[in-house]
Amino acid sequence: MNTSAVYLDHAATTDLNPAALAAITEQYSRTGNPSSLHGAGRSANRVVDESRQAVATAAGAHPSELIFTSGGTESDNLAIKGLFWNRVAKNDQARTIALTGIEHHAVLDTAMWLEEHENATLLWLPVDHDGVVDLEAAAALFAEHHEHIAVATLMWANNEVGTVQPVAAFAALAAQYGIPVHSDAVQAFGAVQVEFAKSNLATMAISAHKIGGPVGIGGLLVRRDIVLTPVQHGGGHERKLRSGTLNAASAAGFAAAANAVRAQLGDEAQRLSQLREYAVQRITQLIPEAQFNGPRDAANEGTRLPGNLHFTFPECEGDSLLFLLDMVGIASSTGSACTAGVPQPSHVLLAMGRDARSARSVQRFTLGHTSTRADVDALIEALPEAYVKAKKAGMAADESSIHTAGTGFTR
Amino acid sequence: MKVLAAMSGGVDSAVAAARAVEAGHDVVGVHLALSRMPGTLRTGSRGCCTVEDSNDAWRACDKLGIPFYVWDFSDRFAEDVVQDFVDEYEAGRTPNPCMRCNEKIKFAALLEKALALGFDAVCTGHYAKVLRDDNGAPELHRAADWAKDQSYVLGVLTHEQLEHCMFPLAETPSKAEVRAEAAARGLTVANKPDSYDICFIPDGDTRGWLAERIEMKPGEIVDHEGNALGEHEGAQAFTVGQRKGLRLGRPAADGKPRFVLEIRPKENKVIVGPEALLAVDQLRGIRISWAGVPIAEVFTGEKFDCMVQVRAHGDPVEAVAHMERSAEGRDELVVNLPEGMRGVAPGQTMVVYQGSRVLGQATLDSARSSAWDSEKVN
Repeated sequence: MNTSAVYLDHAATTDLNPAALAAITEQYSRTGNPSSLHGAGRSANRVVDESRQAVATAAGAHPSELIFTSGGTESDNLAIKGLFWNRVAKNDQARTIALTGIEHHAVLDTAMWLEEHENATLLWLPVDHDGVVDLEAAAALFAEHHEHIAVATLMWANNEVGTVQPVAAFAALAAQYGIPVHSDAVQAFGAVQVEFAKSNLATMAISAHKIGGPVGIGGLLVRRDIVLTPVQHGGGHERKLRSGTLNAASAAGFAAAANAVRAQLGDEAQRLSQLREYAVQRITQLIPEAQFNGPRDAANEGTRLPGNLHFTFPECEGDSLLFLLDMVGIASSTGSACTAGVPQPSHVLLAMGRDARSARSVQRFTLGHTSTRADVDALIEALPEAYVKAKKAGMAADESSIHTAGTGFTR
Repeated sequence: MKVLAAMSGGVDSAVAAARAVEAGHDVVGVHLALSRMPGTLRTGSRGCCTVEDSNDAWRACDKLGIPFYVWDFSDRFAEDVVQDFVDEYEAGRTPNPCMRCNEKIKFAALLEKALALGFDAVCTGHYAKVLRDDNGAPELHRAADWAKDQSYVLGVLTHEQLEHCMFPLAETPSKAEVRAEAAARGLTVANKPDSYDICFIPDGDTRGWLAERIEMKPGEIVDHEGNALGEHEGAQAFTVGQRKGLRLGRPAADGKPRFVLEIRPKENKVIVGPEALLAVDQLRGIRISWAGVPIAEVFTGEKFDCMVQVRAHGDPVEAVAHMERSAEGRDELVVNLPEGMRGVAPGQTMVVYQGSRVLGQATLDSARSSAWDSEKVN
């Protein structure tokens, strides 16, 4: 249960799956470090192994390829830093990271940190108006720069606008030059078909709490022939790539959630994309100015996350709309959380060619496993009035219409 | 009423919000993000709008059981307050950025957004009172605790703005009481230090901060008789009335300290002289506003007795004021000072009072001194 009556922010985090809660609770009532050699340890280790099997299977990977981490951000850090450092150790001239401007901050800021502290060079790959990577441009850039590229990265599906990327085709392009490719699949995993083994990827990040598992555990899929330089050192857990006592309870919860999404993936994607399409149609009828961002994918062909709705509502601040909807119990998002909750124009929208002003006027609604038609209807009912009010509240960058001494007011 | 509580993360705004909740209003807390690149932690009384301040405001709202949001006004703040501050100094004037923030951000940009989103009032932790006259029109008055009174920095508010202001700390006898109340309510900001400095200059070095933004050129320092005394590194970094930092090697003939009498940015000249010449007896103000319904003399041009205050923590001085229309058709507030006043700089805000009531304010455009005629200095 969440405290908003209508929760439309499943991309931020989603309701815990009851089976996951049961698995976590059961495991927390036991003692045992999975690395210990006695019965209690072996028992905990078995839970981890079985969980690894379940999560890897859901991700289309071999269990030995799954490294448990604390979540998507850690997985992205380990992959990009690990691939970069490993490559640089072999070839000091290969210091380029190829990436798009729509990546999650966990990828962007990691790459920028390497640029600032480790002499990395960033090679920006263009995306189109829908946020899809331009494969032709990428191919040309790879051909030109491949000798210096240490790692390329492309998120599987974007967290703000829901665009699904041609990851396998992209990775195949990079493979021609032996460039390892990382993908942040945190939003895609459990929402669309994600098969690590068929993807040509070197590494892939996933997270439990986006699919109904607990917060605080995620995974990095690492192909068996890929060598990473570890970021975190210690007892040598997880193929020596990620030291730290394994979290058996969270792994069990992750596995339960992964099993649940795997069993229903196709049906759930169909159900959510129909709900989404219904919402898009009604909202664009009621608010003709609203611009739907990213691929429409009306027929659920897999170019967009099934549960993602993302609009630009011109001439209103995203945070005004968020506030008005929150006041009537509807939870939404401006799409880009930031420290101190200061809303910034979305870097994703900017990369997609929108201007800074309109990038502030966006709202994201994301559906998940507990979403219903009633939730969508509540949104459709509340949104038009909220938009009128939010538009009246204006853009924060514009001068206020309240007359003051400075605007010529005298008496 | 639906009330938006502007929450800085400090103790005053937290207690003000708490009192608004207790009075039965439907309160929502909002922290204003005034910088795109907020610092992480506060350092003592310095700085503002850090992530820590925002988190403090958030915790206070959680404690009060009210929703909390952060709204971004960084673009407007950068233009209306920060750039204005730079422009004013560049023009040789001394602005008050806190007043400009009240005028343009808290009670304009924020208020307008609040009204459009369905709020009736904006509540802040200022120490000032809004009273109603017999017709129900708002009047701005000093707070019960004159030592903490902040009516000066609110003097710029207009009738329209005052209609939607709520200052729950108006009747509080002292700041100590506010801190005690915060502690009793379990608000963790009870002992947080007060902010003193200009929030966007966190290290307090105004001159250094200005030097990075204004092209400073070395120029002449002359005395009140036009004699060259030395060089300065940029006239714009000075303030009328300033004594320190002149770095004049040669002492004055009478051995007494010299003060900045005037800044001439166009000539890049700073004029200094003895303290006695800082005395002025007439102030002319522009950019006038009235805090509520103006008194009748504003329309008739008749003289009226008042007290005038030219800085936030300055003493009010007896004055006789009247409105005048200049040759260019500009309204000017002319304030005559029978007892005189010392060290007042163009750009400063003069707030006029009658008793505890704020009548209005104007920005000081020029001051006349019978002791010294600046036009004699070339």
